[in-house]
This record gives sequence, C-alpha cells and structure tokens, in this order.
Amino acid sequence: MAIQVREQNEPRSRVQPRSAHSEGGSPHTPPAPALEARDVRKVFRVGGRRSPAPGHVRAIDGVSLRVDRGEIYGLLGANGSGKSTLIRVFSTLLTADAGEVRVFGLDVRADELAVKRLINRVSVEASFFKKLSAMENLVYAGRLYGVGPEASRPRIHAILRRLGIDSGRVHEPLEKLSRGMQQKIAIARAFLSAPMLLLLDEPTTGLDIRSKREVQTFVRDLRDEHDATILLTTHDLDEASRLADRIGILHGGRLVAEGASEELTARHGAASLEDVFMALTGRHIDEADERGEAET
Amino acid sequence: MIASVGGQLGLAYAFVEREIALSKRYWAWELVWLVYGIVTSLSVAYIGLAAPAIAGASVDEAAISRFVLYLLVGTITWRFLGLIFEQMGETIAWERWEGTIEYTFMAPVPRLTHLLGMCGATLVRALAFSVAILAAVALFVPVDLSNANVASAIVLLATGAVAFIGLAIGSAVFPLLWTEKGLQMAYIVQAVVLLVSGVYYPTSVLPEWMQLLSVISPATYVIRGMRAALLDGADVGGVWPDLWPALLVGAVSIPLGLRLFVWAERYAKRTGRLKRSG
Repeated sequence: MAIQVREQNEPRSRVQPRSAHSEGGSPHTPPAPALEARDVRKVFRVGGRRSPAPGHVRAIDGVSLRVDRGEIYGLLGANGSGKSTLIRVFSTLLTADAGEVRVFGLDVRADELAVKRLINRVSVEASFFKKLSAMENLVYAGRLYGVGPEASRPRIHAILRRLGIDSGRVHEPLEKLSRGMQQKIAIARAFLSAPMLLLLDEPTTGLDIRSKREVQTFVRDLRDEHDATILLTTHDLDEASRLADRIGILHGGRLVAEGASEELTARHGAASLEDVFMALTGRHIDEADERGEAET
Repeated sequence: MIASVGGQLGLAYAFVEREIALSKRYWAWELVWLVYGIVTSLSVAYIGLAAPAIAGASVDEAAISRFVLYLLVGTITWRFLGLIFEQMGETIAWERWEGTIEYTFMAPVPRLTHLLGMCGATLVRALAFSVAILAAVALFVPVDLSNANVASAIVLLATGAVAFIGLAIGSAVFPLLWTEKGLQMAYIVQAVVLLVSGVYYPTSVLPEWMQLLSVISPATYVIRGMRAALLDGADVGGVWPDLWPALLVGAVSIPLGLRLFVWAERYAKRTGRLKRSG
C-alpha cells in the first residue's frame, strides 16, 4: 500500500515562489534545490551576566550545503556538533546570525509562512500533549496544516499501520505508550502534513532495532513513492550509509566533508564511514563535541 | 476572501478543540478549579452576610443584600477576567513544558490566527466557569437581581473580555521568553491588577499611588460598571463612563499585545529560547 500523504496537494499548487530561479522561472532555468544554505552562522551567548565565565559559542560556523529535490541527505555529527541547531534554522525556529537559507527557492525569513507549508520536522524528543491520545494529537496537528479530521483520520490510520502501530492503541493517552511508539507517532505527525522537505533530527534515537528498521524503510518509501526530500541528522553511521544519498559531516559547527558514503571512504582511503569520521574529527562519533553543553 | 477567512477560522478552531480535549483529559483538575472558584466566591459572600456580626452593629437586610451582591459581582467578574488573563500565559508555559511549542510555532499558522484561537479557547473556558460558579453560589446565598440590567452587564463583560485579551496576550510574553520564571511574572502582574482594580472594595480606599494604577486597569471600569448595571440597573448609557475607558484599553492593548508577542517571538528565535524546557 502506498503512503497516502500527498493525494490532495501537489507541490506546485502549494507555493508560488518569489525566487526568479525557482519553479516559476524559465524552462531553461534549473529548478531551485529543495534546500540551500549559504554561509550560515549562529553564535549563542553562554552564561548570564552574573556567570563567572560568560562567553559565546559558535554553534554553526559558516555552513553551506545544498539538498536536491528527492534526495536523502544525511548530516552526521557527534552530540553538540551543531546538527540540531542547523535543523532549527532550516525549520524557521531559530534565526541565523548570518547567511542565507532557501527552501525550494523561498527565503526562510522573508517567506516564512510559505516555507512552513512545505516543511515538517521530527525532533529527537517526541513532544506531544502527553495526556491526549495519539489520534487527538495527530488530528490537532493535521488541523494546523489545514487538514480536517475527515481527511486526516484515514491517513493517520494508514501511516500508523505502516509504522507498525496497532490501531487499537491510537486512542490511548500518549503517556501510556513506549518511548519508541511515541517517536513513531512523532514521525507520523510529520508525514501527515505531506511535507515536500522533511527534516528528521535523529528520528530513530532510542528506538529498538525493529522499530528503527521500520522507520528507515518508511523514510525510504516516502522518498521513493512521493518524491519527498529528506534531511536526516544522525549519529548512527549505519543509518546514514543505509539511507542517505549523500552525507555531510558536521564537526565544531562546520561542514568538514560531504559526499556519497563510497566517495567519502574512497577519498579518505578509509575502510568505513566510522574511519572517515575519525580521520576528519579525531574523535569517535559517540563522543560529545566539547561545545555540546552550550548548544541549544 | 470568504474561503480565506473560513480557512483561518478552521486553523483557529484547532486551538479551541485542543483545549477542550485537554480539559476532558484533565477533568479532575478542572473540577478542582471549579470547586475552588465556588468556595472562594461563597466565602466572600458569607463575609458580606456576616458584616453586622463582624462590625458589631445592626445593618438592615437590604443593605446586607446589596453588600453581598457588591462582593459577588466583584469576585465573579474578576474570576472571569482573571481566567482570561492567566490562561493565555499558562497555555504558552504548558506548551514549553510539553515541548510542543516548537511544533506550534513551526506550523503554517499566522500568529494572529494562533492567538485568536487561544483567545477563543480561553473565552469558552472562562465563560463556562463563571456561569457555573454563579449558578452554584446562587444555590447557597440569596442573590437579588431584581434591579439588574442584564444587557448592560453583558456589554460590559464583553468589553472587559476584549480589554483583558490584549493584556493576556502581552503577559504571555513572559513565559515565552523566560521559561522558568515567566509564568510567575505573569501571576505577579495579575495579583497587582487584582489589588488595584476594586474587586472587593471601591478604589477610593486605596492609597493615592495605587489609585493611579487603578486608572490604567481595565478591570476597574468593568467591575464598577458591572456593579452599576447589576445593583442599580444602569443601562448602557448609564455605564458609558465606565464602558469607554475599558473600550479604550481594549483598543490599545490588543494591537500592543500582539506587537509585543510578535517581537518576543522574533527575540526567542534569535536567542534560541523556543527550545523545549522543563
């Protein structure tokens, strides 16, 4: 069964990009990439005025990247490397200090509302109204994206079935579901809005092996069946190799390498992606970046 | 145009529906707040009934009845306005604790629609609570509404709601910006408004500097007007001296509150304060 997520709204009907080099451009102009970031920078102040050591942390330090339409782009990095900060900038939740971010040619600041219609995000923490059931939370989420309950309910059942969630549990308060099931509901919430660009911030962290595989298969199916573009952050090297068409390695807020998994290993004469990561960052991916404490 | 308005109303309704669903799930807490409201209002009414015993002087029955109604109008009107004021801030704080605030702010919902939806949910709850409290209190305490001008009271209450919505949106900025202490700040503002607005007494008994604060509180005018309408039967023309300042506060506080909220959202996005906390 195909994932019923985009039967109503085709991408071109949902947005009228302002950008001249986007979909509305001439036939000879290549379409705008799904996501384009140029020299994005973000600095956070750490410690209050009374802190013994107030200072600043460069969470993102001049990151430029491009994700093409229909691509799955994996962003690898240790905890504190700036992955979540970057995802927040892409999802309009955080304003960059400098640089430019465009989603399908639309500027995330100037065209914020239009960008919001095209994206959705799954964060590492499944954040819900925990007393409400999965169905109540998802119907609410659907409404926020203009999908009424009549349309959203069948979609919700279909998506949850694909994610291996028993339909009998959709009316239980979310607080009674396991961490893994909550995360799957969070993924369902993101898919429900039929995003053209899906930002997955460590979506499988905390899931058991089986759930992880179900989510990974679902992500790949979403791309294959519905031409969605996916940006996935992870510190699971295996997941990155399995899912991503291209991988970017983030370290200390900088994008230190980018390419397909095989390209990266060949370029660095490494046997595995883990070796590439070690060679580039001098640390294991499970070791937190020293700036991790300060990252928001 | 109509489709667009309908679409925005549909988006705004999402917040009303969500609050109703949450109230059902937290029904025990709703019951606690309702009982608390009834008990508080009844206690205030009994203070009125006991006035002769407390003062050690005889007071005629009509005066006692008026005194009780004076106190009840104050306490129930304040309950209604206070619920509007506190629920906006509490909703933002709650979303921070649950971690849903990022999803709400990431959704393609214009902020005006979002806040209107929250106001709608707040009004439904405040109205339901106030009516239930009034009905419950009337079972225990004789309430003489024979002189009341209900139409004037409704106009005043609606005006007060509008004025308080502006203040509530403005005060919701506190929990938006200060995760840990924001709600406490909003409660302090609410407490000060309670003190200076003449909820249980005429503002003339306040020290002069507090009377200055009472001038800028819309509750002062709404409560005074409600008393004129319900105790003395004043019509809309009669309560106009209290109606227009409340209207003025509403006309100023709503755009100001919205502007403040939008500014705070931008600031929160610049400094990373929308992140889940709690």
